[in-house]
Amino acid sequence: MKKILMLAAAFLLTASISSVADPLKVGFIYVGPTGDHGWTYEHDQGRIALEAALGDQIETSFVESVPEGADSERVLTQMALSGHDLIYTTSFGYMDPTINVAQKFPDVKFEHATGYKQADNVATYSARFYEGRAVIGHIAGRVTQSNVIGYIASFPIPEVIRGINSAYLHAKAVNPDVEMKIVWVFSWFDPAKEADAAQALIDQGADILMQHTDSPAAMNIAEDAGIFAFGQASDMSKFGPNAHLTAIINNWGPYYVERTNAVIDGTWTSGDTWDGIGAEMVKMGPMSDKIPAEVQQEAQALIAAIANGDYHPFTGPISRQDGSAWLNDGEIADDGTLLGMNFYVEGIEGDIPQ
Amino acid sequence: MRDVEFLGINPAVFLSTMVVAAMPVLLAAMGELIVEKSGVLNLGVEGLMIIGAVCGFIVSVETGSPVAGLLGALLAGAILAGIFGLLTQYFHASQVATGLALTLFGLGLSALLGQSYTGIRPPDFSIPNFGVLSELPVIGILLFSYDFLVYFSLALVVGIWWFLNHSRTGLALRAIGENHNAAHSLGYHVIRVRLVAILFGGACGGLGGAYLALIRVPQWTEGMTAGAGWIALALVVFGSWRPFRVVLGAFLFGGVTLLQLNLQALGIAINPAYLSMTPYIVTIAALVVISGMGSHASLRAPACLGKPFDATK
Repeated sequence: MKKILMLAAAFLLTASISSVADPLKVGFIYVGPTGDHGWTYEHDQGRIALEAALGDQIETSFVESVPEGADSERVLTQMALSGHDLIYTTSFGYMDPTINVAQKFPDVKFEHATGYKQADNVATYSARFYEGRAVIGHIAGRVTQSNVIGYIASFPIPEVIRGINSAYLHAKAVNPDVEMKIVWVFSWFDPAKEADAAQALIDQGADILMQHTDSPAAMNIAEDAGIFAFGQASDMSKFGPNAHLTAIINNWGPYYVERTNAVIDGTWTSGDTWDGIGAEMVKMGPMSDKIPAEVQQEAQALIAAIANGDYHPFTGPISRQDGSAWLNDGEIADDGTLLGMNFYVEGIEGDIPQ
Repeated sequence: MRDVEFLGINPAVFLSTMVVAAMPVLLAAMGELIVEKSGVLNLGVEGLMIIGAVCGFIVSVETGSPVAGLLGALLAGAILAGIFGLLTQYFHASQVATGLALTLFGLGLSALLGQSYTGIRPPDFSIPNFGVLSELPVIGILLFSYDFLVYFSLALVVGIWWFLNHSRTGLALRAIGENHNAAHSLGYHVIRVRLVAILFGGACGGLGGAYLALIRVPQWTEGMTAGAGWIALALVVFGSWRPFRVVLGAFLFGGVTLLQLNLQALGIAINPAYLSMTPYIVTIAALVVISGMGSHASLRAPACLGKPFDATK
């Protein structure tokens, strides 16, 4: 038994020594399939962009459809053991597994998407999706006829709640009668359930759908029902050529190139990156001609104002759902509050599931 | 009459959506029911469904005909199930392990096959025209608003019930599932009957998957069955191996999920977590009640379920 262990140790040692000369091994773990045409698809596009940019200097691999929780810890351990030098963990639920595995492998660098826990070898990154939500909220508020916006939400985490608030505030700003109906499906990826949720919202009068889930199922349902919807994470126009108004597109490639280069140069340090439309981590898809020209102009102006920093989507006065003041007139929300956001803003009906 | 609403939900619209929502698992569960009645446990339903979904999708896109797609799905499901049958019935591989492998294989293979088919719309399914019948209030939506596959599936349920209870072959199939040695000594071809049952189960699973990809969602996305195959397996147990109870279970599962989403859209404050767990609680409760009724007859798994048969022993 001892012999075997020593052999194994020797093997691991040589493996790690030889990896110094080899290309940098970069691993990705995904919560959904790369073909989801949403969240995971865009992360994989980022990985492909990384390969294109750095070529022979790196070698990438990925594991897809890894459930959040204990399974992901196993996959991460396996990745670290197999000589990966840098691992991107691309879903919120990988947060604790990433921290746990990072403790055991101090020489491996980890980059965790959308989380808030860091370590010496764990950096976090996310995109200010709420900036894109502000734009689609504005468009929805101007385009809706029934004044009911349907919102398919995944899990009640700050990321999702922030998106709902941002979309609602900007729809309300241009349309005081607007109402937002929210359905929580408690899944990131379940096309059948997403389709059912879309149908339920349509039955309740919604004529525009937004989603914070990963599949384009709702887009299909919207197309069939003759209503509008927005692409999520990725351009989904081919799923609903008439329904698709525009999309919030996650653009991870530049970040992956920058951070991977930093590891190669030896300049990588832990930290937190939270970029938005300005840094092009969030991009808006092409606007459909179903959006009236003046609304398109307003939306472009909003995008420009957010990009150059003139406007922050969470600028006071804003009250919480219970009526208590959150931001005073002109006050801008700080990132800490945004990152931990666990309340609806005033005007949204219903409770956040606990 | 038409606009009668209950809590803001139109019951007729709700029920008809529920029927459609239940179809994929219903079809798969019906197939698995026959398989289990013959004494074979195939845990690969998820794999059969996803292969049916992708093959049905590919065939219908390539031919432009939804019906051809359904046939393709039937065939693909049967072929995949045939591999399972070959391994478990002739090579005596473990049914549990082979079934699980079938699921993993199906998920992987479907992702490979479907790679260039994401983002395409399949040809539309036409809803049969019932003329004035579908104009009738309530009844029109409730009974005459579906695609033909719904009617076919419900007919299939009745057919399966009749087959299992009133046909010689059906009784033979049940006998094989209850005691394969006795059935063998009576001259029944245990392996052959089981193989046919497995192929039938595969075809039904494939059809269920195709319903999802061609009618209900309708699109191809990797992993789109998202656990429906496992629910189908649970439904067979829930329905205590009886066709009509399985249908009831399928409607219940579909209905509770839909109700949960509809109530949320209405803004009724029930924590969705409770509603999400309801189908499973109902299953457990039903199992407890059924087995609590005591008699042998109620909760009756086929006695030879999952046991390998070897005529030479």
